[in-house]
Amino acid sequence: MTTLSQVLTASTALAGALVLPGLAEARQVTLTTELANYGGDGAYLAFYVTDASGKYMGSLWMSGGRSKYYRHLSGWEQASGGDPAEVAGITGASVGQGQTLTLTLDLADSLFDAGYVLHVDAAVEHMRDSPDEIAVPLTAAGVSAKGGTYIAKLSYKS
Amino acid sequence: MTRPLHRFTGLILGLFLTVVALSGAALSVLPALESWGAGGLDMTAAELVSRVTAANPGVEEILVSAAGRVTAYTADATLVVDPVTGAGSPVPAPGAWVTWAENLHRSLFLGDAGRIAVAVLAAAMLGLSATGLRLLARRAGGWRAVLAPQKGRGWARTHAEVARAAALALVLSSLTGLWMTASTFDLLPAAESPDFPAQVSGLTGAALPLDFPASQLRDLTFPRDAQDAFALTTTEGSGYIDQGTGATLAWVAPTWADRVSAWAQLLHTGQGAAVLGLVLGLAALTTPFLAVSGALMRSLGRRQSFASAQAADTVILVGSEGGSTWGFAQTLARALRAKGGQPHLAPLSDFAPETWPQAKRLLVLTATYGDGEAPASAGDVLSRIKTLPKAPAIPLAVLGFGDRSFPRFCAFAEELAAAAHAKGWPRLMPLASVDRQSAQDFARWGRDLGAALGMELSLDHEAPLPATDRLALISRRDYGADLQMPAAILRFAAPKRGLWARLTGQGAFQPGDLLGILPEGSTVPRFYSLASGSRDGFVEICIRRHEGGLCSGQLHAMKPGDQVRAFVRPNPAFHAGDRPLILIGAGTGIGPLAGIIRGARQPARLFFGMRHAASDYYYAEDLAEWQAQGRLTGLHLAFSRGNRPHYVQDALRLEAEALREAVARGARIMVCGGREMGAGVRATLSDILSPLTLDRLAKEGRYAEDTY
Repeated sequence: MTTLSQVLTASTALAGALVLPGLAEARQVTLTTELANYGGDGAYLAFYVTDASGKYMGSLWMSGGRSKYYRHLSGWEQASGGDPAEVAGITGASVGQGQTLTLTLDLADSLFDAGYVLHVDAAVEHMRDSPDEIAVPLTAAGVSAKGGTYIAKLSYKS
Repeated sequence: MTRPLHRFTGLILGLFLTVVALSGAALSVLPALESWGAGGLDMTAAELVSRVTAANPGVEEILVSAAGRVTAYTADATLVVDPVTGAGSPVPAPGAWVTWAENLHRSLFLGDAGRIAVAVLAAAMLGLSATGLRLLARRAGGWRAVLAPQKGRGWARTHAEVARAAALALVLSSLTGLWMTASTFDLLPAAESPDFPAQVSGLTGAALPLDFPASQLRDLTFPRDAQDAFALTTTEGSGYIDQGTGATLAWVAPTWADRVSAWAQLLHTGQGAAVLGLVLGLAALTTPFLAVSGALMRSLGRRQSFASAQAADTVILVGSEGGSTWGFAQTLARALRAKGGQPHLAPLSDFAPETWPQAKRLLVLTATYGDGEAPASAGDVLSRIKTLPKAPAIPLAVLGFGDRSFPRFCAFAEELAAAAHAKGWPRLMPLASVDRQSAQDFARWGRDLGAALGMELSLDHEAPLPATDRLALISRRDYGADLQMPAAILRFAAPKRGLWARLTGQGAFQPGDLLGILPEGSTVPRFYSLASGSRDGFVEICIRRHEGGLCSGQLHAMKPGDQVRAFVRPNPAFHAGDRPLILIGAGTGIGPLAGIIRGARQPARLFFGMRHAASDYYYAEDLAEWQAQGRLTGLHLAFSRGNRPHYVQDALRLEAEALREAVARGARIMVCGGREMGAGVRATLSDILSPLTLDRLAKEGRYAEDTY
């Protein structure tokens, strides 16, 4: 059973968080994340972008409001430095198993087809941390990818 | 304020506390299940890691719980590892109920608002424990008496005893729970997580610095590639280790708050202390019982009031703790109404003379709480009487209810009467008392009241009876036929108790408890002290047939196989306890004392007064046998018939030195027999033990009397 749990716009956050070449043109992207039925409590999810060499560019979204647990999102933490200010204003509730999180983002044109990578870290209490559960290139054509432990499927299209 | 605060908090929050407590109790079994069969971790972390990696190729992370459970993660499996062999086996995912119970326990499924609500409940539990402890001390008659066996009976006593047993655990659970909430809301100075090192050597294959005990390891995450590092968490902090050099690249030690949090976690969840977890869980199970018994105690306070305060010609105020005094007051009110009166019945806390315009008299019926304090329904009436500008004109009568075996019998009634007298309040009748709910005492007072009011007043109080059992006589031993003093030791089959009753102690009794017997053709029970405990497997009493006595006549006429209706009333004031015993009895008063010797683990010496060895030496064979077995360390007999009349008091005087010594060593004195003999023994003991007083001993639970 899936439910629509989140619809939002993250344009302001991105503009502040990502230092991007030529932020003139932007496009709207709908990012859908379906969680698997992994048999645990709500999952913390960190969505962030790096360049091809792994250099952190910025965070798109954080599901899970308690910064003391961010250390369990170790991919995001290592990339971003783990500063809660990185996700200030772009934070929502953790996502229950079997639920679907839908994010609507305004992303700069220059991010697409330029080697940038979208990463998702996941963590659930009492269960194994899953850093970098998903890493997919940002392409104008959109992507649909299968996850590992907690994420059943992630897709985005512009 | 303590009592209303305790009651209202309990009544309002009882249900929610029950939900949190029961979910906590359910979760408390998890650490025990987890540590079941977990091997010891008596190795270094390095050894553990090498065993695990050798036995399980592709390990990416090793986790050690505070309980000592080792878990290894590979790319596609979660394995529980035997730390001795390193062998891993797949672990089942935790049941969905665990997540459900955790969310209920922490937040009532209400997210952060729920977490705050549960924290408020934990604080309320602390408040309930503090106020409850104060009430317990007041009830018991002082802080020292809190740990002594509790007096009284019914819900109030069970509530007190259960709460006392669980209090420490409930306080511990609440305090640690509050701490954990503070930690969740980031209110404590927790350590930051370590920064990932800016530079790694890029090499691999170093030996890791893991020469500490494996039990201190918490997590080791293996590097994903050459640019990654080992992430290590121990009880002493967390950081990153270079995979090429083994050097610690970043390290953060826990703060004092982190260390306290680790302890709070251990104490609250039992993870790492499974037995403690189970104990806390068991204690949590008492919460619903405490909520219900507390609520029942409260509902006993609401009663019919008869005429209104405005219209009443007689105001009856009741100071009651458990509720039995209300029954007497209702009998009184009904009798007055039957005579055409307009009685108004109210709790003593409703004391307000200005609201009784028509009243011609005030009757106060009051019990005493603990060591002379006001009972539940009395409120602060004493200070209100003391601060009255002037005494009311209507005359006052005070009737105290209590138990003579308590150190301060009817002390609150006495204090109240004295305060009224000091105010110059006119007296309708002198202070009187009712011992152990005696219907006879009450009827006598009723006749005196009738005389004072110029009417015939007959108070037939029938206390509501507990359910009775039919006891069948198994055997009897007869005495005293030749002295025209027929007496017998009657042994009945013990009533059958179900498994549940056995487990919960329902229907259990001890020597010294009372057996209420309902004779044929009467609804008023007669009480006899029990000479056996439920462990003996039979019910025994020692009775003497009284001239014209309905009950003793019927009992004495019983043949084996005959049945009688009976019930047990607890009398914890006359239980053996565990101190060495000095038992003093005369006549059939030997019954409970013999029962106590039969069941006692501690040494006992007995002073036994009788008329003649040939007529009323009850239990002679048993006493000889117990003496031979060494459980009866001294037997001092006194015969009042014969050439040299000798009473039990004389036997005590002969042993004065030994008695003083035994009391100095902490012995408990128990006296059972007729009221006259009781008075004589009391005087003699006061002499012998001076300057130590019997009051003092009674307060320490070292002097108990059961006289009739």
